[in-house]
This record gives sequence, C-alpha cells and structure tokens, in this order.
Amino acid sequence: MTGQKGATTVIVGGGVTGLSAGWWLARDGMDVVVIDKGIIGWEASGRNGGGCTHYQSQLFDEEQRLWPQMDQLLGYPTEYRRERVIVAINELQFARYRRMAEITRAMGYPSSELDPRQVRELVPLAGDNAVGAVHFHFGGHANPQRTVQAYGWALQDLGGRLMQHTFVTGFSTAGGKVVAVRTNRGEIGLDNLVIAAGPQTGRLLRLLGHDLPLAAGRAEMIVTEPLPLMTHGGVDGNGLYGRQTLRGNLAYGGGPHEWVEAGDGQAVARPSTPLLRNLARRLAELFPKAGHVRMIRSWAGIIENTPDGRPVIDRLADPGNVTVATMSSVGFGLSPATGHAIRDLVIDGRCRFTDLGKLRLDRFAGLDPDWAARRGWVPIAA
Amino acid sequence: MQDPKSVAGKHGAPAEHAELLVIGAGPAGIAAAIAGARDGAKVVLVDENPVAGGLMGLDVPLFYGQRMTAAVHNKPRMVEQVLSAKPALEEAFEAGVDVRLGVYAWGAFVNGPGVQTLPGRVVGLADDERSWLIGFDRLVVAAGARDFVVSFAGVEQPGVIGARALQSLIATYDAFDGRRIVILGSGDLAVETAQQAQARGLEVACLVEVRDSAQSVTDLPVLTGHAVARAVGGPSGIEAVDLVGPGGAVTRIACDTICLAIGLVPVVELADVLGCRLAARGDSGGHVPLVDGEGRSSIPGVSFAGDCAGVPSGDGYGYRLDWVRAQTRAGDGRELVCLCEEVSRAELLGMQPPRYLGCPPPQGHDLSSMLADGPPSHDQMKRLTRVTMGHCQGRRCREQVALHLALASNLDPAEVPLAGYRAPVRPLPLTVLADADEEQVMRDRWEVWFGIPGQWTPYADIGTEREVLDDESGLGDHMHL
Ligand SMILES: Cc1cc2nc3c(=O)[nH]c(=O)nc-3n(C[C@H](O)[C@H](O)[C@H](O)COP(=O)(O)OP(=O)(O)OC[C@H]3O[C@@H](n4cnc5c(N)ncnc54)[C@H](O)[C@@H]3O)c2cc1C
Ligand SMILES: Cc1cc2nc3c(=O)[nH]c(=O)nc-3n(C[C@H](O)[C@H](O)[C@H](O)COP(=O)(O)OP(=O)(O)OC[C@H]3O[C@@H](n4cnc5c(N)ncnc54)[C@H](O)[C@@H]3O)c2cc1C
Repeated sequence: MTGQKGATTVIVGGGVTGLSAGWWLARDGMDVVVIDKGIIGWEASGRNGGGCTHYQSQLFDEEQRLWPQMDQLLGYPTEYRRERVIVAINELQFARYRRMAEITRAMGYPSSELDPRQVRELVPLAGDNAVGAVHFHFGGHANPQRTVQAYGWALQDLGGRLMQHTFVTGFSTAGGKVVAVRTNRGEIGLDNLVIAAGPQTGRLLRLLGHDLPLAAGRAEMIVTEPLPLMTHGGVDGNGLYGRQTLRGNLAYGGGPHEWVEAGDGQAVARPSTPLLRNLARRLAELFPKAGHVRMIRSWAGIIENTPDGRPVIDRLADPGNVTVATMSSVGFGLSPATGHAIRDLVIDGRCRFTDLGKLRLDRFAGLDPDWAARRGWVPIAA
Repeated sequence: MQDPKSVAGKHGAPAEHAELLVIGAGPAGIAAAIAGARDGAKVVLVDENPVAGGLMGLDVPLFYGQRMTAAVHNKPRMVEQVLSAKPALEEAFEAGVDVRLGVYAWGAFVNGPGVQTLPGRVVGLADDERSWLIGFDRLVVAAGARDFVVSFAGVEQPGVIGARALQSLIATYDAFDGRRIVILGSGDLAVETAQQAQARGLEVACLVEVRDSAQSVTDLPVLTGHAVARAVGGPSGIEAVDLVGPGGAVTRIACDTICLAIGLVPVVELADVLGCRLAARGDSGGHVPLVDGEGRSSIPGVSFAGDCAGVPSGDGYGYRLDWVRAQTRAGDGRELVCLCEEVSRAELLGMQPPRYLGCPPPQGHDLSSMLADGPPSHDQMKRLTRVTMGHCQGRRCREQVALHLALASNLDPAEVPLAGYRAPVRPLPLTVLADADEEQVMRDRWEVWFGIPGQWTPYADIGTEREVLDDESGLGDHMHL
C-alpha cells in the first residue's frame, strides 16, 4: 500500500524524538520516512544543553544503558561523555544536589560528595567560593547538533528517508485510521503515524480530535570561546546546566524562560536577549578562573511543556494507528530510550521494556481549558 | 496570574536612555548624530574604537592579521589618536552629542515575535570593564563594512590583513606594523588602499588580479591572471607570496603583508540580531537591511546609514566567485577556510567532522548528498564541520563558505540563506558581560529549568504520597537536565 511517496510509518517531526523513533523502526527493517518543516534538529533538539541524566523518568535506566553505546550503534559520533559533577557555591544549592544524589543512589546509581578542596582538584576552573559538589558516576552529556545528524544519517543508512522542508498541514483518515499526511508537497500515504512535532504536537493532535495541553516556552543558552579540556566536561551547578564541549567551549543555560505563542511552527522566532548577562554572571561565579573567557554566542530554543512537566508517550485508541510523543522539555537525553518506546508502541502496541502508564494522554482528561492562563503560562500581550 | 518563574518583570530598567542612539562614529554615524543634536534630541554616539588590543588579536571587528604595533595596547594614547584621526568628532562635541569612544554595542533588542519581556527598546553596551543597557527612542546603526576574505595556503599567518583593517591601522590608529604590501584585487578598493599606503610611505609591491585584466585604471603594477599559490612565512609572519600565473608559472614576491582588497561586506550583525528584514544584494556587497529612501528599516525607529546599508560592489557576487574559484584551483584543499576552528577547504567540501574528533568522514554522506536532501544551509555546515563557529564569530569565513555552497548547489549566491548572527556580536569576557546590578527578583526566582512543580518527581512516586513530599521538600528545582 505504500505508494511512490508513502511509507509504512510516517513520522511527523525531525527532532531527536522523531529521528530516534525512525532509527529504531528502521533497525527493525521498517520502511520509515521522517518529515520536518525545515532541516532536521533545527528546533529544540539542536539547541539544548545535551544533558542525559533524567533520573525522574521511567526511561532513565534505558537512557543510561543506551548512551554509552550510541556512537557505536549509530555509527557516527555523538560526543557523549559520561559522568557529571555538580558544583554548589552555597548551602542551598548543595542541599539540592545532595537530594539528587539521594534519589539516584536509592535507584542504584552511585555518586560521591566532594569537599571544596576536592572540587578545585577535579574542576580546575572552580574557585574558592565552591562549598562542595556531587560527583555522579553516571549520566553525562552529548552534543545535540552532532547527535541529530548522527540519528539522521544512521536512519538513512538503514534505508529510512528524510523529507526536509516539508510542512505537514493535516491528515486524511478512513475507517478509523489515518491513511495519509497532507503536506505542502502533497499527500504521503502510511500504515502507521507517529507525531513527534515538539511544541506543535498539540496543534496536530487537535486535527485528530484530541486535546494535548501544551505550552511553548523560550529558553536561552550561551557559549564561550574554547578552553583547555577539563578531565570532566560535564560540570555545572550554581543554577546553570551545561557542559564543556569536547572542543573546549563552555556551553551553559538556565534561568527564567518566556512563554511564547507556539503558532503553527512555520515561522519560528527564537531571539536571544540580554539574559545572556545573567547567565554570564552565574558562569563566572561557577568558574571564577574562567571570568576572562569570552562569550562568543547566545541562542534560544522553543520548548514544549505539559501541565505536569512530564512527557506524553502514548498510542491513541482512535484513530488506531497513531502514536504520539512529546517530551515536556527533557527530551534530548531521553531520546535513545524514547525512540525505543515508540518503536514498541508502533510495532507491538505497547512498551515492552517498561511501564509508561503514567505518561498517557488521558491523564489530562477533564483539565480546565484555561489551565495555561490560570498559571500564567501564556505570552505577555504585545 | 503570572508564572513567577518566567522572565516577565525580571529585567531592571536600562541604566540610561538616549532619545537618539547612534552606533558607529564613521562619517555616516557622525553626520546622523550631529543632525539629531541640531534637531534638539539628546544624542549618544558610541564607537568601539579604540578597540582593545586583545580583541584586535582575535581579528575583531576587522581582519587586522596581527599587523598592529604594540601601541594599540596603550589605551589613553589610542583614545587621543582616534580623536585626532576623526576631526569631525569635534563638531559632534560642539553640537552637544554625548560621544563615547571605546564602547562596544554587543547587541540590540526590541520586543517582537518570540519576545515581549524586554525592558523596552535597548542596546547592550560595554567598555573593557563592564556592560550595561541603554534604552533608545530612535536608533541609527552606522556600523560600516568589513573585508571579504578568500583563503589560500598560509592565510593563517601574521601579515594577512583586510583592506578596511589596514586602512584603520594606518589612518585611525597610526599603528600599522608592516612595510611592503602585496594587494589582492585590482578594483577601486584595491587601488585606493594602495594609494593610501603609498601616501604613508609604505611600499606596494604589486596588485594581484585573478581576472585577465585590471578592474580599474591604475599606474600600479598589476599581475593579472594570477592567484595566490601560498603565503610564505617565518616566525614573525609573511615574508613572501608565491603567485601562480597562466600556465602554472610561479612568481615569488617579497612582502611582509598581504592585503585582501577584493570586496567589502556590510556589517549587518546588529540588524540581524534585531530581527530587521535583510535582503541579499550582490551589488551592495552582500546581505543588507531592507530600508526606505531615508534608511528606515522594517523595525520602526531603527535606521541604517553609510556602508552598513550597502557598499557599491561592481558586478556583485561574480567577482568574488571568480576569486573563490581561482583560489580553489590554486590550492590543494588544505588551505584553511575557517581560521578559528581550523577547517580546510577540503574538509568543508567533504563535510568532515572537526579535527578534535579524529574520526573518518561520514561514508556516503557528503555535500552533494546534503544538497540532495534540501537547499544549501550554511547553518548545517556549521554544525557538521564547525566552520564559522569560532571566536572571530565568522567574520573571516562566512562569505567564502556561502559562495562555496552556491557553487556546489549551482545557485545564485543570493539564494544561499544567511547564517544567523547572535549576540554578543563582540566576543567579550564573561566578567565584562555579567550583569553586576541584576534585580533581586532575578536572583530570588532563578531556576535551572522551568520550575514546574512535580516535573522532577521520580516516576515511582507519581500518584503516591511521596509525590507531595517531593514537592514540599522546599528544595525546588533540583534537576540538572
Ligand atoms: C535551551 C534548551 C536547553 C535544553 N536542555 C536540555 C538538556 O540539557 N537535556 C534534555 O534532555 N533536554 C533539554 N532540552 C529540551 C529538549 O531539547 C527537547 O525536549 C527535545 O529536543 C524535544 O525534541 P522533539 O524531537 O520532541 O521536539 P523538537 O526538537 O521540537 O522537534 C520537533 C520537530 O517537528 C518539526 N515540526 C513541527 N511541526 C511540524 C509540521 N507541521 N510539519 C513538519 N514538521 C514539523 C519541527 O520543525 C521540529 O524539528 C533543552 C531545550 C532547550 C531549548
Ligand atoms: C583605503 C580606503 C580609502 C578610502 N578613502 C576614501 C576617501 O578618500 N573618501 C571617501 O569619501 N571615502 C573613502 N573611503 C571609504 C570610506 O572610508 C567609507 O566609505 C566610510 O568610512 C564609510 O563610513 P561609515 O560611516 O559608513 O562607516 P565606517 O567609517 O566604517 O564607520 C563605522 C564605525 O562603526 C564602528 N562600529 C561598527 N559596529 C560597531 C559596534 N557594534 N559597536 C561599536 N562600534 C561599532 C566601527 O568600528 C567604525 O568605527 C575609503 C575606504 C578605504 C578602504
């Protein structure tokens, strides 16, 4: 039934979620096409902190299992580096980081506490203001830009296809199933549909009669010129997330977000702002020995968020051939595992390696339609 | 209700305000400032000159090629020097313009699509010690132009310089550290540069032209039909240049400086950061802000004046393409296109992962397969090869990379999208950019991530009594993505 342009599985959205799903399905020999309105990974998936340490998630074990193998599995470098050191410069921060250690230790993931002297030994850029750190002997970071490309190439190597610069405008349904996606380049026939369109997932699901509550937020990051590599690149803290890249740049984000109009996703504005000064301040506090280092860029990305801040990974009952995944702002690190879960949902109808029951869409049934306005999760009027 | 963790209301008011803010104290900016002051406006005019020696060493904002003397590190002397080199500033002072030298405009921001929380219409300013925001009613950007760079073997050595940078070191700083120059190009820019150098008692060995005839009338010696085979250097930089002529004959010419005078590129970084509409205009030197007859851009109250709104550029991209083609032929692919990230021409065209990864090129994925998957994207080349990602912020390679993409995809260069500019448009130290006076509310409500209650509750605790405990632990957002 797959016509010229059709595929067994069509995935809407070429961010890490859609790409990983496509790669997992292609590994199973399935004929997949990933559609993106622009180039793959040009939204949040290529603009994030690269952190891969999501202990709160049911997919955590799978995330931790997969990342160390991803370069090998994909055949292209992701720049994944293991372990994290989170440095506190006050006692409240230290208490938070210790709490993370407590939670993860209970799950069987080891960590150790560092005193100020040990911090300065392990982290040459740290200073006298460090009150301590937690060294997590798991987790880590990868390079988002290289990772999206690695997924894309790996998928193509397995016979999967990318359709870039193709905008999905709607769906054709018949007999309780979606039979094709409509795009600005014509209809594409399908047996299975995966919607992983980031902040646009809600709008697309509405076309299928489902309410997926999502609010879009803009968040910013900064990057400096390269510095000599520290032994551990995954050092953050002081209210910042991020890492030293393998090239040596310090790439960090954090701080307040701005709620924005999600729109249809066709024209996305992602300006960065003078918030870079507040980020600079915290980075210079975290790494007093890097105060002289020059910031060379800042950027912003638009992020999907659900009311409870947790992902939706679900296969709809109706239409019967649609799987949806939106990650509620923590989707990069989890992507190897998310793709696996989506593969299971598409092929087996349920996730085989873990229970994702609490991430179903129906948990939002009956939600006050004004939920976003009531919390102030809406754009400031122009 | 407002989300207490969102950025709304967390930026303080700008430190100062100008009715008219002018960026750039070249002829265009000074004229705009004086006109504004005579109309009764409170005018602030900022210019980054004298630029800190450290920035010059990074080839920011111009391609100085390490050919400045140690005098540039003497700030007070350089301020005197810039003042005397720009006599028109005297008139500006007299008209009541508040002139600030040695001040960088590192960003410009207005509320618009994707941002509504700025503390008004602001420009980010900095000197060598600190940064601050200035609000404005009207903004005139008169940021000038910079040099088009084409690469060749040895281009990374001290002594390869741009024409605008040379002009600046000679005329504005009186701090040029060379004696004998070979000039690339033979159009008006090259000839004027040569004349200015000669007027300063410098020696111009010759002009080099890849086309078969000189591009303007001149008595200077022009080696036509020649390209640079390599810049030959020693510890202190360029000592000679090997030129390859018709039939492959190589001519060596002694010089300490090779000056790129092929073309100028309007400085549109602030226009792009602001979100002004830009258009690619080969005959104006590249991307320029779209302006009306008065220089007014697509953003109300923001205008562009002088070279940054376009520099006349003869037959547009054609001449620059000829240079890129000729230098590609004259090289062996190992010449660096991106000097910061050390990306050679062959690595760029082969879409090689950066050198620090030490991994082989991707099998079956190259520039032509990328072009088969969609239109050329400079931004995609950036992430694959790291070209244009370094500390000079792409000033030395952007245009050449875009022309290579045009050649590879058989497109008019005007159709290759501009690789976006981002603040800060000057690479400044963290401690300079840091907001020393940030609002208390920014500090109190700062979170690593969105601060959504329950987001980091372990999955097992969801829907149990522990979920509530997690939320009430008072530790808030403890996650680190
Ligand atoms: C600054 C920042 C820092 C972050 N840090 C981290 C971190 O450290 N760790 C972490 O795990 N996560 C982090 N995140 C979050 C993470 O980036 C996102 O959760 C994740 O990238 C979501 O991936 P996605 O594929 O689901 O969505 P997206 O990346 O948004 O991809 C969706 C894709 O769908 C396409 N699309 C949308 N609508 C259509 C349509 N109609 N037709 C065709 N295509 C369409 C879009 O073009 C887009 O490419 C960060 C995000 C940002 C912005
Ligand atoms: C060799 C040579 C000789 C020339 N001779 C003549 C001549 O004889 N007669 C003639 O009419 N023209 C001549 N020109 C051309 C003339 O110099 C330019 O046309 C003129 O300088 C352009 O003026 P402008 O005000 O647009 O920009 P510029 O004079 O280039 O001024 C722009 C200023 O803005 C500053 N600036 C840019 N961005 C920022 C920022 N973000 N923050 C702070 N400051 C910033 C720059 O550093 C610069 O000082 C010559 C050019 C060259 C190369």
